[in-house]
Amino acid sequence: MRTTAAAAATMADSGSGDIAVTGNRDLAAGESGSDAKNTTAEQGTTLLKTMEINVAEAEKRTGKNAVNMLETYTVYLIETRPVDTVSEGISPTPDSLWRRYSEFEILRNYLLVTYPFVVVPPLPEKRAEFVWHKLSADNMDPDFVERRRVGLENFLLRVASHTALSNDKIFFTFLTEENGWKEIVFETGFQAKADSRLKALNATFRVKNPDKRFAEMKHYGDELQSVISQLLRVRARVADRLYGVYKVHGNYGRVFSEWSAIEKEMGDGLQSAGHHMDAYAASVDDILEEEEHYADQLKEYLFYMDSLKAVCRKHELTQFELEMAAQDLSSKKQQREELATGTVRTFSLKGMTSKLFGQETPEQREAKMKVLEEQIQEGEEEVKEKNSECDEFVNNAWCDIERFKDQKDHDLKEALISYAIMQISMCKKGIQVWSNAKECFNKM
Amino acid sequence: MSGGTPKTLCSSGQRSLQEICHPLSAEDSSVLTPSPDVGTAAATGSIGEKDLSLPNGTPVDTSSPASSSSLLNRLQLDDDLDGETRDLFVTVDDPRKHVSTMETYITYRVSTKTTRAEFDLPEYSVRRRYQDFDWLRIKLEESQPTHLIPPLPEKFVMKGVVDRFSEEFVETRRKALDKFLKRVADHPVLSFNEHFSVFLSAKDLNAYKKQGLALLTKMGESVKYVTGGYKLRGRPVEFAAMGEYLDVFTQKLGTIDRIAQRIIKEQSEYLVELKEYGPVYSSWASFEAELQEPLEGVAGCVANCCSALEELTEEMCEDFLPVLREYVLYIESMKNVLKKRDQVQAEYETKLEAVAFRKEERSGVSPQMPTDVEKCQDRMECFNADLKADWDRWQNNKRQDFRQLLTGMADKNIQYYEKCLAAWESLIPLLQDKQENGKPETN
Repeated sequence: MRTTAAAAATMADSGSGDIAVTGNRDLAAGESGSDAKNTTAEQGTTLLKTMEINVAEAEKRTGKNAVNMLETYTVYLIETRPVDTVSEGISPTPDSLWRRYSEFEILRNYLLVTYPFVVVPPLPEKRAEFVWHKLSADNMDPDFVERRRVGLENFLLRVASHTALSNDKIFFTFLTEENGWKEIVFETGFQAKADSRLKALNATFRVKNPDKRFAEMKHYGDELQSVISQLLRVRARVADRLYGVYKVHGNYGRVFSEWSAIEKEMGDGLQSAGHHMDAYAASVDDILEEEEHYADQLKEYLFYMDSLKAVCRKHELTQFELEMAAQDLSSKKQQREELATGTVRTFSLKGMTSKLFGQETPEQREAKMKVLEEQIQEGEEEVKEKNSECDEFVNNAWCDIERFKDQKDHDLKEALISYAIMQISMCKKGIQVWSNAKECFNKM
Repeated sequence: MSGGTPKTLCSSGQRSLQEICHPLSAEDSSVLTPSPDVGTAAATGSIGEKDLSLPNGTPVDTSSPASSSSLLNRLQLDDDLDGETRDLFVTVDDPRKHVSTMETYITYRVSTKTTRAEFDLPEYSVRRRYQDFDWLRIKLEESQPTHLIPPLPEKFVMKGVVDRFSEEFVETRRKALDKFLKRVADHPVLSFNEHFSVFLSAKDLNAYKKQGLALLTKMGESVKYVTGGYKLRGRPVEFAAMGEYLDVFTQKLGTIDRIAQRIIKEQSEYLVELKEYGPVYSSWASFEAELQEPLEGVAGCVANCCSALEELTEEMCEDFLPVLREYVLYIESMKNVLKKRDQVQAEYETKLEAVAFRKEERSGVSPQMPTDVEKCQDRMECFNADLKADWDRWQNNKRQDFRQLLTGMADKNIQYYEKCLAAWESLIPLLQDKQENGKPETN
């Protein structure tokens, strides 16, 4: 069960090694640019290269929650170990701490806000969805908890193999300091930024010149979400039906056994064939458990689309702000021109009143001009800033998106391969069981 | 009821006994003495010289080599001798639709190849419809009441529910009719039945049918056992065991039928979902670049599995279920034969009691066992012997039939999985190739 998470990390790692994505290591999040220069030493390396990370166990706890009510929740054990000690053959006891799902959520929200140009890995689902009837939708169900453990490990490994994210101090503290981490992360003030980010993501605004690539990516994200949801829904129904087919065969086991009791020569063959039918019926449980694995791989990318779309939205937002600033500057410049030439091209109440009540005095005009000039100066600075912000964002984001695309293609292909392998294994088992049964029938 | 001993035998045709060749004579005359003489009972070694007759007075000639028990004793492993000693081969094929103003129906070609002397020609090809088979079966039951007659596929089909003229239905029926005739042809007694020979050879069966009716009234050929209200004391152990076995066996067959039907239903529902599943991969592929080929590949695999599953379900419907149901019918007719046997025994026991009672009354005199009671006894013993022999043969056939049926079922499932396996295995190199290159495949 571990293999996918580790494999995913290696895959992600191999892709991101050469990409120089300027990250933000400082706790004062949101400000890019100058601070990035300090990270050049860390560019190209990821935490995963120096540290081994596991989500080893899950445990149930009971405690009082925020409203002083008793609740049961699950905690997960995060183990870390420096890589060099392992390679040296020494296996010291790993450092470990316990975290619950909500803490992972906090970490992720922090990362979303702090690295808006990164397609941040998703967490495993909060509640079980797309379940087929034999699968439990209960969060406390041990199978669900186990799959969640794997998902959380996968999340940590993906973060730890991302050049930008893995060098984040908060992330490091999350892995190493059990107590006090929450205070530290809230101190960054990311929460406020998270709220405004959400607001912005949901706002409707029109961008005049968006980068086409981002629009296409956003559209792709929508399409992929839709198709994966559909796929998971149908797959769940397929699993249900397959379960039924296999289990009914178990009835043959019983009736063959009963029938063999009244037969002389046929009895043995029938009886042993019946056992094989029982085995056949039982085999479906393992088959479907393995398939849940495949469903989880698809789900990861379903949830990944939210991050992808968020990055695209962020681009729209920065582009929009740039356009707004430019528009503002342009209108101020126009006002200056009008003031200078005395022509009123645009309708304004002032213009009307001045027409009606006479022109302003030269002193008034000069004062106004001065203010305008100042505003224009500021405006130009702002546009310049926004422009470079926009450019930087586009570069960084598109870089990460390209990295993500390669990762996605690789991972999903792996998922399809392992799905095909699962099907092959299922077919081989089927052939085996029926061949065994046939042998028994032949002895009748 | 004629007082003489007519040479005609219900079970061996209109010819005189001298003219009937021993079925095995051509192959192995040293082992068995072909004895067309009526008198040499020694050659038969079965019931003996008793003058047996069926209730209507027609004597049963057990000295004929064709008589049931003697033959059956020698032909115990008759299945193994099939290839060597069979001299009668029957096939049912070539269904054709006939449309007339009155009705529409299907006829089947019945082809016969034989070396038996009672047939004028070595080969025959006639066309028969279901009605004709039904007639034959009734005639066999009437003329050979002590034997197990194989079943026919069900006569009535609900119009509107089943299409009587669909390819699948006709084919299923053809197979069952073919099996019916083959079983009769393989039976050492039934295969010599006059009605059977006529069925196989007559150009105009209807004329014969009408004639048969006339004969019936004349000769009183009908051997219907009147349930004369004789009460049976108790079934002998071996027949009671048969009855019990049949009861349990019917039950189990019923269960298996239900399970098979359930599986077919589940598989059909599984198929419905699979048919929706594959295309989702295709629509996904339509907006992917790198992943397009792998996704289409998966869609293709799922489609292949769908058709393999369809074939499996179809075959189970056409080949498996009908045979099961046929056996249920077979068992029903067997239970009836057992009941008839009970009747014969009951009649004998009642008459025996009556005689014993009268004997007591006329003390001192030990009268000759009246021929009536003797006849009853012989009738009963004959029936018992026939039934036992037929039972053993039936058990053997049943074992073979079910071995074939169940291995067939296993085979179909194996083939299904093999088809699916081939599909998925062919996908792997396609996927892994691209993965190793890590770049878009351009060839």
